[in-house]
Amino acid sequence: MGVRYFGAEVRRVEDPKLITGRGQYLDDLPIAGVVHAAFVRSPHAHARIQRIDTAAAKSTPGVIAVYTAEDFGDVARRTLPHMVPVAIVKQPLNYQPLAHSEVCHVGVPVAVVVGKTRALAEDAASLVNVDYEVLPAIIDWRRALDANAPRAHSGTPDNLVGALHGRFGSVEDVFAKAPHVFAERFETHRGGCHSMECRGVAAMMDPFGNGLTVWTSTQAPHMIRRLIADHLGRDERTVRVIAPDVGGGFGPKCAFYPEEVVIPLAAIELGLPVKWVEDRHEHFLSTTQQRDQSWDLEVAADLNGRLLAVRGRCIHDNGGYVPYGLVAAVTSLSAFPGPYALEAVDIKLDVVFTNLIPNTPVRGAGRPTTCFVLERLADRVARELSIDPADVRRRSFVRKEQFPYPTGMKARDGSLVTYDSGDYHGCLEAVLELGGANFDERRTEALAQGRYIGRGIASYVEDTGLAPFEGASVRVEPTGRVVVQTGAASQGQGHATMFAQICADILGVRIEDITVEAADTALFPLGIGAIASRTAVTAGSSVHQASLAVRKKAIKVASELLEAAEGDLELEDGVVRVVGAPGLNVPLGQIAAKLNGMSGIPMFQGIEPGLASTAFYEARKTTFANGTHLVEVEVDIDTGRVKILRYIVGHDCGRLINPMLVDGQVRGGVVHGIGNALFERVQHDEQGQPMAVNYSDYLLPTAPEVPRIEIIHIESPSPLNPIGVKGAGEGGTIPAAAGVIAAVEDALRPFNVRITEHPVSPARIRELIRLGQAD
Amino acid sequence: MSYTERVQLTVNGQAQEAEVESRTHLADFLRHQLRLTGTHVGCEHGVCGACTVVVDGVPVRSCLMFAAQANGCTVTTVEGLASKDGVLHPLQQAFWNNHGLQCGFCTPGMMMTLVAYLQENPNADEDDIRDAISGNICRCTGYETIVNAALDAAQVMRERI
Repeated sequence: MGVRYFGAEVRRVEDPKLITGRGQYLDDLPIAGVVHAAFVRSPHAHARIQRIDTAAAKSTPGVIAVYTAEDFGDVARRTLPHMVPVAIVKQPLNYQPLAHSEVCHVGVPVAVVVGKTRALAEDAASLVNVDYEVLPAIIDWRRALDANAPRAHSGTPDNLVGALHGRFGSVEDVFAKAPHVFAERFETHRGGCHSMECRGVAAMMDPFGNGLTVWTSTQAPHMIRRLIADHLGRDERTVRVIAPDVGGGFGPKCAFYPEEVVIPLAAIELGLPVKWVEDRHEHFLSTTQQRDQSWDLEVAADLNGRLLAVRGRCIHDNGGYVPYGLVAAVTSLSAFPGPYALEAVDIKLDVVFTNLIPNTPVRGAGRPTTCFVLERLADRVARELSIDPADVRRRSFVRKEQFPYPTGMKARDGSLVTYDSGDYHGCLEAVLELGGANFDERRTEALAQGRYIGRGIASYVEDTGLAPFEGASVRVEPTGRVVVQTGAASQGQGHATMFAQICADILGVRIEDITVEAADTALFPLGIGAIASRTAVTAGSSVHQASLAVRKKAIKVASELLEAAEGDLELEDGVVRVVGAPGLNVPLGQIAAKLNGMSGIPMFQGIEPGLASTAFYEARKTTFANGTHLVEVEVDIDTGRVKILRYIVGHDCGRLINPMLVDGQVRGGVVHGIGNALFERVQHDEQGQPMAVNYSDYLLPTAPEVPRIEIIHIESPSPLNPIGVKGAGEGGTIPAAAGVIAAVEDALRPFNVRITEHPVSPARIRELIRLGQAD
Repeated sequence: MSYTERVQLTVNGQAQEAEVESRTHLADFLRHQLRLTGTHVGCEHGVCGACTVVVDGVPVRSCLMFAAQANGCTVTTVEGLASKDGVLHPLQQAFWNNHGLQCGFCTPGMMMTLVAYLQENPNADEDDIRDAISGNICRCTGYETIVNAALDAAQVMRERI
């Protein structure tokens, strides 16, 4: 079989509908008779609900119902089931669908109004009167474990969500013998996802029977079905969850939210379809974010600047509830030791409650902040020893011949974390070569002209293709059309194109002949979610395996129909034919029709009906992507403005299925990381009131601030899956903040500035220059 | 408290007449009353640009304009970009060819901003285009392929004149 699509820059099959306005995002679904919900949300970071008066809202014309926790009985008081229940969560405190007695961040839903239109529902929501007793709130995560700190939830012994500890090697020995040890304190902040489509949920009871259908703008329809069924006490077979076109996810659309229970409850109660679409203000108040971390770390290095060990502690702000386990924190810890062949690591990570929005993974999850601290430590060593930052990496990276490389860290199942393949030096040298060897001269020349330019590099490793599985079925219809179905949802990544490419090559059809159906629990029985850069590895491998099985079956049946040996048959252009006798052939559609059976006619012996196959590629081991970014910036020392002059990415995600789509993932990811480095900050006042709840106060990168991004691909195929791929969804983001900040610090060399935080605003850069000069 | 107005306007070449609530903004009117759901609402405070449509030749944030203000106007939305027989507009074609979209949510607003801009500025260069779309937020692409699409489309549009 000749490879035609795999590896090619194939235009996306998703695009025609999206560029003509025919996409169907949640708020576009034509649900007949739908009524509209608006939520009443807590205005306080921490408060006890004393009384809710809904009388005025209920008597507003156009209002159909107003519900509080009281109206739904036990089902509203029970806390939501956990997405990832793990024993390390010491206090697994989660949302109730509607808060019954206590609210633990601004924005927690306390009541829902259902009206004939959204506007009428919002009018009435403003008339719901809630009496609150305001309680002390813990906002500063660094103080959350102080003995006298206010408790985020009243009645709890402390604010500890869970304590993590990752270590390997003889840390004390390595530090005791190391010629160089440096200590550093870091504070990292990551903002929200800001998918351009906000969240949304619609639900209706089926007109016949007891089925509940829920449409939700989610990354994980099967997980959401499981959790809705669990919370409502239903069999999963009676709950259908569909993710329609989803306008971006970036992590937070994987969490399970109160609205995903309240809207179904309202639909069940009313016997009407009910819809709620989050507005941007609510997105700032209720969609999970990635929150702050503070790090106290020490790094040990040898005389040549080779990194030997890292130890220290991190306090990780969890926010007010634990809807999603400790995934963000765990990925921060498991991102050690990055690309470095360290002799020892010892990191304690305390996850603490605050009265803020929960911290769940945003693109890169906990990895970008760990990358930031590791890369800043590498740069610190280079600076202290007056050596090239690239040399610290060269001397410290895992070498190509060391793969598979056990890092020393342990995975969740207790096995050793093992990097499967890669060429870390290759990515580094490739970006350095493209970036040019004369940067020191250019910086000196620029300085002579009063311009401050700097260069930073940042390297990373990303665990991708997360366990356990994502399945796919491939079926040929009698028309010859091939249908690929999978549980793997999509939020813009181009999965349908990628699956069609994999399948088309194996079945010898055009991608136009393939329909991909996904993200509907009625179409495919099981699924996990589009998270953790896992879909190409898991679902892609399943499509590969199922397509091979369909091909094998088609050849076998064709051999009977054509009375030819299987070895004499080829599958091209949707037709199985005898090699050398093209007149002897049978189209796939005809084989499918035969295999679909006819009454009274026996089938082929030993061959199951249907030209179809289902596969569940099982991701038992993790694939590790890697790369190095090189960033050049110019800082205007008068205004603090940072202009990115050049951005180069060396990227290795194994075999590329579609380089154009991978480039798209990398670029989008990098720009998200640039936002984290320079623009995006979710700020609160001391009472926990968010200071940025619109796009005037919370800045996202726009086109003029963003450079062109030059991408070099290095392909180190993964030996772990049949198509040799690794994930590509988050590698763009992971090192971006580290690279940008390194470049800014480099530009500010003359002012003795050290940057150990992000984001850095223009005002903060001016402040750092002043502080550096004062030293 | 519900006041209504009668509006007459032309949308994508078709005359429309409707009763609208005074407070209904143009985006909601297009989406919910005319069922033209290709126009998306991303922030409802005029920053993200997802809801951009062309009103009398000018790109407008339809979340910041009341439907009643469109009385007598000619409105073009993404649904009106392709020709009636389905031939894609050069911008649509260029977005497809250049991978100028991922989730597609910002895409209609991007294209409506650009269609109006490129008609006025057919010789725009990369910096011009980046400025022109500085009021349209995309979280997926990093903008580069959108800029490439716009440059491609500008060339095709110039050749057609």
